[in-house]
Amino acid sequence: MKVTLKVWRQSGPDAEGAFETFTDVPVDPAMSFLEMLDTVNVQLEAEGKEPVVFDHDCREGICGACGAVVNGLAHGPGKRSTLCQLHLRSFNDGDEITVEPWRASAFPVVRDLMVDRSSFDRIIQAGGYVSVRTGSAPDGNAMPIGKPVADRAMEAATCIGCGACVAACPNASAMLFTSAKVSHLGLVPQGQAERDSRVLGMVDQMDAEGFGGCTNHRECEAACPKGIGVEYIAQLNRDLVRANLGSAAK
Amino acid sequence: MNAPRTPLNLDSKAPDGPIETAWDRHRQAIRLVNPANKRKYTVIVVGTGLAGASASATLAQLGYNVEAFCFQDSPRRAHSIAAQGGINAAKNYQNDGDSVYRLFYDTVKGGDFRAREQNVYRLAQVSVDIIDQCVAQGVPFARDYGGMLANRSFGGALVSRTFYARGQTGQQLLLGAYSALSEQIAKGKVKMHTRTEMLEVVVVDGKAKGIVVRDLRTGAVRSHAADAVVLATGGYGNVFYFATNAKGCNVTAAWRAYKKGAGFANPCFTQIHPTCIPFMGEHQSKLTLMSESLRNDGRVWVPKKQGDTRPPSQIPDAERDYYLERIYPTFGNLVPRDVASRAAKRMVDEGKTVVPGGMGVYLDFRDAIARLGRDAVADRYGNLFEMYERITGDSPFETPMKIYPASHYTMGGLWVDYNLMTTVPGLYAVGEANFSDHGANRLGASALMQGLADGYFVLPYTIGDFLAGEKAGFDDTSHAAFKDAEKAVAQRTDTLMSLSGTKSADHFHRELGHLMWEHCGMARTKEGLEAALPKVADLKERFWAEVNVPGSGDTLNQALERAGRVADFIEFGEVMVRDALTREESCGAHFREEFQTADNEARRDDENFQHGAIWAYEGEGVAPSRHIEPLEFRYVKPSQRSYK
Repeated sequence: MKVTLKVWRQSGPDAEGAFETFTDVPVDPAMSFLEMLDTVNVQLEAEGKEPVVFDHDCREGICGACGAVVNGLAHGPGKRSTLCQLHLRSFNDGDEITVEPWRASAFPVVRDLMVDRSSFDRIIQAGGYVSVRTGSAPDGNAMPIGKPVADRAMEAATCIGCGACVAACPNASAMLFTSAKVSHLGLVPQGQAERDSRVLGMVDQMDAEGFGGCTNHRECEAACPKGIGVEYIAQLNRDLVRANLGSAAK
Repeated sequence: MNAPRTPLNLDSKAPDGPIETAWDRHRQAIRLVNPANKRKYTVIVVGTGLAGASASATLAQLGYNVEAFCFQDSPRRAHSIAAQGGINAAKNYQNDGDSVYRLFYDTVKGGDFRAREQNVYRLAQVSVDIIDQCVAQGVPFARDYGGMLANRSFGGALVSRTFYARGQTGQQLLLGAYSALSEQIAKGKVKMHTRTEMLEVVVVDGKAKGIVVRDLRTGAVRSHAADAVVLATGGYGNVFYFATNAKGCNVTAAWRAYKKGAGFANPCFTQIHPTCIPFMGEHQSKLTLMSESLRNDGRVWVPKKQGDTRPPSQIPDAERDYYLERIYPTFGNLVPRDVASRAAKRMVDEGKTVVPGGMGVYLDFRDAIARLGRDAVADRYGNLFEMYERITGDSPFETPMKIYPASHYTMGGLWVDYNLMTTVPGLYAVGEANFSDHGANRLGASALMQGLADGYFVLPYTIGDFLAGEKAGFDDTSHAAFKDAEKAVAQRTDTLMSLSGTKSADHFHRELGHLMWEHCGMARTKEGLEAALPKVADLKERFWAEVNVPGSGDTLNQALERAGRVADFIEFGEVMVRDALTREESCGAHFREEFQTADNEARRDDENFQHGAIWAYEGEGVAPSRHIEPLEFRYVKPSQRSYK
């Protein structure tokens, strides 16, 4: 089978970008989307042309490095799938496929499909942790955590930080990402001591990075490769109110 | 073999005396840095996986300044994140007879008596602290209904000591370490350099005092000075091209260290993981691992009849060979990885295999689903089943999985002493990058344990012993050693950019991988290894004549990154083959066809090979020299491993 690819090419953060078209790219239905880009790149490299730049690493859907908007969908048409786990069997012979980077001012383009997601790291640095020195922990079973709570925390913790939620959101909001970490740590007993300062710090940082606000489009939930739901955004909002009231009471 | 010319100091510094108190006594004996002085020292940590992130965070908590580096866009993406199954710890929460000693014993035996006893004992001791630490960070380990931590069993063990977070244990542990690292970044104690690749270790007056890096965004080459350097740069499984490793995993940092005098130990000890999704086509870029935990409930089988073309559903039980249960009744489907891998290869070689494809065995959940119910199986393995279905289009609920062995983990690595210091003073190696604890074969759920043991609980103490003897605050990047290293990096880049061949680096990487898999893979022979040496040399020559790297060196250039890593893999491949050739025995994952027992198990030669083999760089175009660290077993007496 063959497809036509329209791939976003942009030589640097401040350069003007444009689509480059690759026609009649030979592909195999069992091929992954990134393997198709590899094929294009091997050809480009052999011709002495610069390959399409994109982030990728584990190719197992867990590292969160890869991602692109494919035919208007973050990570493409696969359900609960990262770009590396999208296979060409999801397309048809002769399809035209458009590939663009995540588009958000808080994710500036580095080159082609590669974007800078360090804003996510800074959100975590603003409170996405439990302050515990190595060596000072009590026994792991000292604090029982009921299975339902542990499971909900685990659901939230599965976030891979890929940024699809931001790319899918019309407001480029990072609420799903931020709420997943806030909820993961806010649900378990270990996270209680810093629960208020955590949500306040992370939300402040999220705003400072230039992410938009949440207006309940729920596109993030649909795009999330780990199936993290918007109930965690509700959880974040509750925690935020709690923290603000707590602060006001002081 | 050339006579060794490079003097390598292979003093293990492993304490004598009772092993139970060895680590405590060692910690009493080594020097400490005064708390007020710690902030005057800077430590470079390369790599932010479990070992690197945990070491960076802990060193920073202690007061040291840390400069951390990773080639990914975020420290959270290091390849530890892909580990699925779990992490071992001798907690004995299940009351099934586990103990520090038993974990130590299992690990030494599982490694087929090619690891240093004292290191392994320490690993087992600190395993319990790791779980506590991770729980305190909020790592969402699986729990039972009473709220207590859950465990499962793993290959090579008769107790349930594996802690897990669904099939994403590595991810959750890494996010724990990353969160601790993030806290220290926010506090200004760790300076994080993302998208930065280490390309040289800088040695000043015989000690590691810094590194030269390339900023992958801009192509700028920079020097960073420090009082000590820690490499946490992972393994070299991608030497086989087709591996379960992430695409970015590479040997470059370790190889650069080797060329600066760090001995490379046991490079031929590479683990082939038994449960990977089989190879499906030429376009494929990697192989995907399916967690070994699946062997807890899945049953491995092949058709009894050679060349059976029936789909698995039409093969009745009587015509199936559950060969692991048949050959190894005690351990059954839970035999160690090397044993399971070779058994699968034997079946496939005999023509007993899966359809279509013919390169795999079945891993069947039919009986587990009948016994436990679909929901319970989904609870344990749901995300793994989904992942399998996403890749292959088949649901393991409906039809057995197809699996086959693939390169997964490398037990070999930079030689380190008990303090985790390489043969270059001031240069440390932690996690998979070192060779220390797994011997010739690693047991399941032990990699995460070792990475975090090194990073949280060993290195932060032992590095103090070195730093206490150093004047703090080395920052002279204008020193000639830095300038020379920068020049070497620039020259290498210029050479790669100047070549005007017609092939991509990936082309050569695939060729190398094929060659290594054929000659230095799951089963090795003298003839095959001897034939491989000139082939690797020829490949190296052709690479440097025929590769084409487009673009320029002074900007972001992924083709250049790939080319540099492939060039190092080719050189490394040669040492790996030499190591496999000179180790004339079979042990653990190193299987030489000539050395096997009557029932096809590895036959060790303890008289001649009960040692670590350490390779030293002797210069371009000169064969490396081989050195040994003899191993002594005072507690676990070497025996023929039997899992029957």
